[in-house]
Amino acid sequence: MDALHQFLVAPFTEFAFMQRGLLGAVLLSISACPIGVFLMLRRMSLTGDAMAHAILPGAAAGFLLYGLQIVPMTIGGLLAGAIVALGAGAVSRLTVQKEDASMAAFYLISLALGVTMVSLRGSSVDLMHVLFGTVLALNNAALTLIGIVAAVTLAALAIFWRALVAECLDPLFLRSVSRLDTPVHFIFLGLVVLNLVAGFQALGTLLSVGLMVLPAAAARFWTQRVETMAVLAIAFGLVSSISGLLLSYHAALPSGPAIILSTGILYFMSVLFGTRGVLATRRPRHAHRIA
Amino acid sequence: MADACITFRDLTLGYNSHPAVHHLSGTVRKGSLTAVVGANGSGKSTLMKGVVGMLKPMVGSVTVTPGTRVAYLPQQSELDRTFPARVVDLVSLGLWPKRGLLGRHTAQDRAAVSEALMAVGLEGFEQRPIDTLSGGQLQRALFARVLVQDAELILLDEPFNAIDARTVTDLIALIKRWHGENRTVMVVVHDLDLVRTHFPEALLLARSPVAWGEAKATLAPENLLRARQFHEAWDESAPWCAADGDHDHAHEHDGHGHHHHAHDEAGHAAREKVA
Repeated sequence: MDALHQFLVAPFTEFAFMQRGLLGAVLLSISACPIGVFLMLRRMSLTGDAMAHAILPGAAAGFLLYGLQIVPMTIGGLLAGAIVALGAGAVSRLTVQKEDASMAAFYLISLALGVTMVSLRGSSVDLMHVLFGTVLALNNAALTLIGIVAAVTLAALAIFWRALVAECLDPLFLRSVSRLDTPVHFIFLGLVVLNLVAGFQALGTLLSVGLMVLPAAAARFWTQRVETMAVLAIAFGLVSSISGLLLSYHAALPSGPAIILSTGILYFMSVLFGTRGVLATRRPRHAHRIA
Repeated sequence: MADACITFRDLTLGYNSHPAVHHLSGTVRKGSLTAVVGANGSGKSTLMKGVVGMLKPMVGSVTVTPGTRVAYLPQQSELDRTFPARVVDLVSLGLWPKRGLLGRHTAQDRAAVSEALMAVGLEGFEQRPIDTLSGGQLQRALFARVLVQDAELILLDEPFNAIDARTVTDLIALIKRWHGENRTVMVVVHDLDLVRTHFPEALLLARSPVAWGEAKATLAPENLLRARQFHEAWDESAPWCAADGDHDHAHEHDGHGHHHHAHDEAGHAAREKVA
């Protein structure tokens, strides 16, 4: 019992940096995981990935001007994300080009710009920091930012839930009864960017999308209700945050990848054992009801 | 007309400066039941989109009497059947005009949803995920949503595609019920016998309106023959429509207009008939 306590609880009670890391990861899970559910249901999981790359030049611009400082890098990332999301969204809504193609174009340009900017001034260590984050070095400013983003996200989800569901389920119907379809699309993209920016301090631009997409993808194998899926995704996010931090602590692994790898394990377990997973749907079913 | 529900004034709708509905004028009376017929590409769905306001007129106008609640069931629904929703969730979307984004769904609303499901013969399907429905069941569910919408103008675009005979009979009964409740209903239909049997009025389109009025007269052989004589394909070298000269010059902005040229005869004849 004591050993278990030593293993599971002590790291968090003894070290302030672990507590901060845990708080950041928990807030991120609560906020980003439901966003990930809608991202997945809109078949935009890869868009999320693209957006994560897209915020890089903004963060890099902040880094170029002010060094490794959270506020300028965050504002830069937010701006870059907004430009790419709005630009790609506008191209797809105003022209025949679909969003996947316009998004790819915008994010690739953005990524190239970002890497160029970071390498103009920084070392490869700085680049690693921007790309992979440092969940164990979250300062007060970063935690405050993540907290605000989580609050904004939950409030927006509560208000626009019905429109988000309708826009996924039957966009043409929503357009026929309401003028909300376009605003909701952009509000949603805004929330995606906001959460990626919040996540990039902790997990880096490359991995922040992992905490958004993977728990949602895993939750898909367990339920047929959006509400349940969102709650389950948050639960998966929380479990992986804790186990990832412990893994990182005990095995001396980088914390961000450890968290994402934990969600990855949950994902594969869900693929296999979920009620809608491989084993449940592929096993031969000779027994069936008469109606 | 005092009791008009929809008024078309020289309406031209289209894509890329090619008309899909060409110079349609006339009114749809409040409480009327109209079948919209015509070959593929004759502008039926385009007309529906124009009425809902999803497509802006190139020339002329379409006016729905202000304050009319509209329900629209599109032909190519963008409904995502893999979305994790139950039948009751799908049908509850119909409460949007009443409850909007934030209004709570009351017990009365839920009763209305169950009643609608009952009316389309889907009682007991409330909890079924929508990806387990057959095509006919899904169409019934969408009709239930239209019921819940409680609209005064109902536009149905090819609602009977790939639907079995029994379901068609049930859905026709619903349409007649709406007609009896003095709602205005326009339905795009392909089955002409169905139109002759069940629809009081019909509009025959072949890009331009060919005939519009009492269903059996509209579907007379000479009208159907004329409707068949239009060319479905766009003609990139087609002359610019002369009739637009005295209206909005929407067609002519890109400067390709060379010579003005009278309409094809069918179009003219039809407009005279409609007028």
